Amino acid sequence: MMQFVVDGLINASLIALGAIGLSMTYNILRFANFAQGEILATGAYFALAVVVLIGAGAGALGPLAFGWPLLVAMVFAIVATSLVVLVVDWLLFRPLRSKNASRITLIMAAFGLSLIGRNVITLLVGGDPQYFSFYIPKAITVFGVKATPDEIAMFGITALAVFVLHLFLTRTTLGKSMRATAENPTLAQINGIDTRSVIRWTWIIGASLAAIAGTLQGHTIQLRPEMGFDLLLPMFAALIVGGGTSMYGVVAGALLIGLSEALAVGVGLSAYRLSIAFMVMLLVLLVRPQGLFGEKA
Amino acid sequence: MSVVLEVRDVVAGYSPTLPILNGVSLTVSAGEIVTILGPNGAGKSTLIKAIAGVVKITSGQASLLGENLVGLPTHEMVRTGLAYVPQTENVFAKLSVEENLEIGAFTNRHAYVRQRDHVFGLFADLARLRRLPAGKLSGGQRQMVAVGRALMADPKLLMLDEPSAGLSPKLAEVVFSQLRKICSAGITILIVEQNARAALRISDRGYILAEGQNRLDGDAGSLLDNPKVGELYLGAGSRLNK
Repeated sequence: MMQFVVDGLINASLIALGAIGLSMTYNILRFANFAQGEILATGAYFALAVVVLIGAGAGALGPLAFGWPLLVAMVFAIVATSLVVLVVDWLLFRPLRSKNASRITLIMAAFGLSLIGRNVITLLVGGDPQYFSFYIPKAITVFGVKATPDEIAMFGITALAVFVLHLFLTRTTLGKSMRATAENPTLAQINGIDTRSVIRWTWIIGASLAAIAGTLQGHTIQLRPEMGFDLLLPMFAALIVGGGTSMYGVVAGALLIGLSEALAVGVGLSAYRLSIAFMVMLLVLLVRPQGLFGEKA
Repeated sequence: MSVVLEVRDVVAGYSPTLPILNGVSLTVSAGEIVTILGPNGAGKSTLIKAIAGVVKITSGQASLLGENLVGLPTHEMVRTGLAYVPQTENVFAKLSVEENLEIGAFTNRHAYVRQRDHVFGLFADLARLRRLPAGKLSGGQRQMVAVGRALMADPKLLMLDEPSAGLSPKLAEVVFSQLRKICSAGITILIVEQNARAALRISDRGYILAEGQNRLDGDAGSLLDNPKVGELYLGAGSRLNK
């Protein structure tokens, strides 16, 4: 009966990891990165490459269906995806920034990048779904709800990633530089912050979280070239309903959207899951137009 | 007296075809407070933005303690000893007062605690408000955060764009008297001000710009008495020093 909460939390984990990257590019580079879904998919396929090479089932950790190979794959996916994203920024977004391209130009460039990314993935690996392994998950019962240990681990990894990011943003020089740049890039530069370096780290962090999400989604569900693109609307919904500016808002937004989708499935309206999630978003915005964690304009 | 800032024949503006400054020169010597005055649109703010690297200098020279500033990226200006307090949006509103000060000290980290205590000594309110987001403070308190943040890097030259803008005359008085105190602690100051009278009273010298060029300069006292200065501001027959 509370099963939908578990499903919703799992769903929310993926949305949150992807949407945090979306909010970072939105706040620091100041455009909506429509290619965020493909960054997530790129991460998933990089992880798959490692898993295929060393085998996913090897050395399973405790009750989990995955072992150290998946963790190695995740680390590789983080590094490789970050590198790809940095190269793409250098080739595509950096020249646009130096020409003071408008927001809409950047968004269209990201949209084009999204199409190219999805098609390149399809070209390289084909359009059929792929799997890290064919394990049959054995659910355990916790507080009366069923969840597989892997799903619980997935939620734990997400919570850990969010917590580490929180510490990073509030305790480190680079994290504070990022918050300063998000608020006022010129004032950040006046204070000696090299915003070019902040931009590089924005991409790296966004890509890393997306790669984690991609790897987790690949492990618990499946890999498809559209896996990230299908998450794009829920990710944007989480960003908007969260208020757009704070990471905590994004996480709250992801929980709301993830739980709403799961609730829709729970009451037998799975075909309408996204519509229901969007209706919840609209209702929240009617009451709080600035979003959950947004400030009044 | 050694020269801290040397600006010579600077041409600068937001678009290369439409310069706002047309060959402005000025020098600021160690230990001075110098004020740049002039009517609206004279290019006062553009001049200090150009020195700070926020507006591009297309020709002319600018140097701080002998180090060339022209073409230097904005984020490298702090390292040369330059601090700049913009007129508006000069604090990180979502960050706490203390985080604002920390960011000001990114290039001067080892001296953070000493500089912070120095700033708290100048602006006692800030010590009490250190955990609050800067955006929640009053206009005067925000100005203190902005000046304090600029001081954290232990600059050689502090440039302020309209430090009294939007403040009550009483608060403006407080800010100006603190600037005097900052100067006697060994920091040279360059101010852009609309509030000519109050600014000249704490200044050693002043420059008056009009239409992007030097119009007049001299000792603060002589500018206050000069009827031409009064004309520029208050119309014919007026003097600032009344």
